[in-house]
Amino acid sequence: MARLRRVSAVLLIIWLILPLIPLAIWSFAGVWRYPNLLPQIWSYRPWSFALSDQSGVLSSLALTAGIALAVTLISVVIGVPAGRALGLYTFRGKALVELIILAPIIVPGIAVALGLQTVFIGLGLNNTVTGVVLVHLIPTLPYMVLVMAAVFAAYDPLAEDQARSLGASPAQVFRHVTLPAVLPGIVVGAMFTFLVSWGQYILTLTIGGGRVQTLPLIMFQFVVSGRNDITGAIAMIYILPGVLILILTARHLTGRSAALTGFGR
Amino acid sequence: MQDRLKIALLLAPALIVILVLFFGGLGVGLLRSFNYMPVIGLNDPNLDAYRSLLSSPEVYRSFGLTLYIATTSTVIATVLAVATALLLRRSFPGRAVASFLVQLNLTIPHLVGGIGILYLFSQSGSFARLAHEYAVIAKPADFPALIFDPYAIGVILTYVWKEVPFITVITLATLQALGDDHETIARTLGATWGQAFRHVLLPQIMPGVLAASAIVFAFTFGAYEIPALLGASHPQALPVIAYRSFTDADLAARPQALALAMLIALISGLMIVVYSRALRGKGRG
Repeated sequence: MARLRRVSAVLLIIWLILPLIPLAIWSFAGVWRYPNLLPQIWSYRPWSFALSDQSGVLSSLALTAGIALAVTLISVVIGVPAGRALGLYTFRGKALVELIILAPIIVPGIAVALGLQTVFIGLGLNNTVTGVVLVHLIPTLPYMVLVMAAVFAAYDPLAEDQARSLGASPAQVFRHVTLPAVLPGIVVGAMFTFLVSWGQYILTLTIGGGRVQTLPLIMFQFVVSGRNDITGAIAMIYILPGVLILILTARHLTGRSAALTGFGR
Repeated sequence: MQDRLKIALLLAPALIVILVLFFGGLGVGLLRSFNYMPVIGLNDPNLDAYRSLLSSPEVYRSFGLTLYIATTSTVIATVLAVATALLLRRSFPGRAVASFLVQLNLTIPHLVGGIGILYLFSQSGSFARLAHEYAVIAKPADFPALIFDPYAIGVILTYVWKEVPFITVITLATLQALGDDHETIARTLGATWGQAFRHVLLPQIMPGVLAASAIVFAFTFGAYEIPALLGASHPQALPVIAYRSFTDADLAARPQALALAMLIALISGLMIVVYSRALRGKGRG
């Protein structure tokens, strides 16, 4: 049993890391023809091209990050109050509200995006960054609401009553009592909301119409044009925020964390 | 009474955004699939798009393929994920590394995983090169077609790679919430490992596992980029033909594209029912 466990653990670790290995090697490949197991010539060229102005990768990186930041900010501002309502109160119609919030997490983006695109044309939102930010709210906002509902479910609002009875204004109660208590949850939820937006493909493609070129879109173009080396470099850049966020939040994340479950769609 | 107003105000912005964007998008898609759009002069709703889908053998093949991809990926990922969760629950050398990699995988976009699978399993990929090195194959075409193949092996491998960690984390959370190690108690009372797993552990983790599997099924049924990247050219997965007919130069194909989108919404919508049933009475609050 112990031996089976050890073998499975080794296989698991290899399997999880495996698809990233050729991507990392390609990003340093000058010449790597079949059937060589490793590049004949190693080179920084894929990286220097990816980081040059002509490749458009850096401007795409800024655009992708800008969209994800805007989406996260809106999701936090709108999602935290809704999470508070769902986490702290029981009320009539709550099951329906939960269903409405759950639906966009489960129903795939393409089912909604094609219909939305025909409306966005009329509103002039098609092919615009604003349109892409709006459509990214569909998967991110419900996610943020559910994370905050879990955070508020573990929060005791009694301290707010005490602060109020001691004469604190609503703004003071929020700043000095509520916010410090739920801030870690908001930060972790926000970082993972950022990653949900960061990972979107079909919503950006449909509403951005190929004009709003986020990183996954240009990476897709490089992969279908057979530029494995540039694709590898972009892939390494593209996974970086996830790695950083995971390291930053590692101590907040346990198996119980609501931020990880429901994430990754 | 004051509480109700407060709750309504707290919920209103989020509900408005979701109702307008998500349900609005679905609703407009539904109308458009009936070829009904008064603002652009389409005043007579009809079922032509659905009729043409129902009479198209390609759509049936595509539906079968998509169902096969989603079912196979979900079943394999679920079984492996439960095993992985049981493994990660015990301590062993390398457990911290394995847990970190499971969580890291959750942060990696599907497209990156798909490209990694492409570079590993294509006929000029890492495994083909290894096979050549050890003289198993003479030329790339000798390596089995695992990418762009009719069995969608590459697509399924990508989904298994991405979804095992997702279901694992949810299963681990369920296990942690259970607290006491009930199946060890069962073992001390004389149950075999198999009995303890089947009669004690499995029923306890089932709701969480089933809910996670429902999400995975809906996702793999409706995701575009992986079958677009790794799928065969015939038949194509439903989301791929939906997007391609939507962007077709022939505008007459639009209602069909939206009818396909509605079909995807319907099948994945059924997963909402599975998800809610699975979690009913569990893990509330």
